[in-house]
Amino acid sequence: MSGNILEINDKNFESEVLKSDIPVLVDFWAPWCGPCRSIAPIIEELANVYLGKIKIGKCNVDDNQLVAAQYGIRSIPTLKFFKNGNIVNELVGMAPKPTLEKALNSLL
Amino acid sequence: MKPDYDVIIIGSGPAGICAGIYASRARLNTLIIEKGAIGGQIILSDCIENYPGFPEGINGYELMDKMASQAKNFGTNFESDEVISFDLSNQIKKVNLSNKIITAYSIIISTGASPKKLGTLGEDTYYGKGISFCATCDAPFYKNSVVAAVGGGDTAVQESIYLTKFAKKVYLIHRRDELRAAKILQEKAFSNEKIEFIWNSKVTQINGSSGVESITVQNLKTSNTQNLSIDGLFVWIGVSPNSSFLKNSLSLDKDGFIITNAKMETSVKGVFAAGDIRDTPLRQVSSAIGDGAIAAISAIHYIENIKK
Repeated sequence: MSGNILEINDKNFESEVLKSDIPVLVDFWAPWCGPCRSIAPIIEELANVYLGKIKIGKCNVDDNQLVAAQYGIRSIPTLKFFKNGNIVNELVGMAPKPTLEKALNSLL
Repeated sequence: MKPDYDVIIIGSGPAGICAGIYASRARLNTLIIEKGAIGGQIILSDCIENYPGFPEGINGYELMDKMASQAKNFGTNFESDEVISFDLSNQIKKVNLSNKIITAYSIIISTGASPKKLGTLGEDTYYGKGISFCATCDAPFYKNSVVAAVGGGDTAVQESIYLTKFAKKVYLIHRRDELRAAKILQEKAFSNEKIEFIWNSKVTQINGSSGVESITVQNLKTSNTQNLSIDGLFVWIGVSPNSSFLKNSLSLDKDGFIITNAKMETSVKGVFAAGDIRDTPLRQVSSAIGDGAIAAISAIHYIENIKK
């Protein structure tokens, strides 16, 4: 994980996502998924832009099957937006950067 | 007034990136705008077997990552944004992005195409919850599961074969009684024991609760329907053009693809189209690459004449 992206896993999901003081975007991905790798630079850029305001994390569904199963992930990339422990928005597939920005801004 | 760029390329699939390489090598100030993921829809492909130079085949993402690096090495600029509309009426063309306007002498449109939807009841509800267009992304979620695929072309057959690496059974549902896919793919599919073909049929309903649980399939000859219990549904029934943002600015064919000549010129001077977005008889990486090179050369000549 590079820069300001947080690694989200089965162990820290509750503390980092569900009990977070600020909104959280979780990018569910896997190394074998081309589109996931292709959007990674955009996610990293957004993590820098929203630093301190929205937590942005990546959850590798291969390594963290408990969380992936709990949230019924069957397509990746899937982006889930959390506020106060609840899912408030969800994007499946490759979303344009302006769409991501709009979704992030609506969390603030 | 000098525009922001010499040429703006919209879309970063094989056609757009190849155009970027040629334009940048001609020392044109070149920008590629991509609204989604760099590489276009081919990054959904696990293995491209018919693009020359890779005897073992190459993964779609890997290929496009290399192409993008190649363009960047020659100075092509990339920007992640969405084109909302154009003003093509003057020599300096305006491109309206989500929150700014940029200008160029020439535009190359290589926005490609997107997988067509089935148009079946329940489809939108279950996208990401059992319905997928990307086997490389989602097949690993279906280890030892039963899945269905729809289509009969290269993508449908190749990706169904890929699905059998994970799923225990793949129903391949096709509306005709023969496949359109390349013969070599047909041979592989017919000899694969995990694939069961359901001919002359279409999916009429997708059923489930929190995710897809079954589909209703109708035989188009007998009108008989059957219910198949499945865990996932993969849809590969062709593509539709990403041309809605063009509105009436260019001549399109009846299906919405951009009409071009052999030089990739569109109905507007200085605007070119390349790859899957144009009215081409073949939508493959190899043909998109050729289109991109020709479109770039046409744009280079066009800009040289303006600057004279």
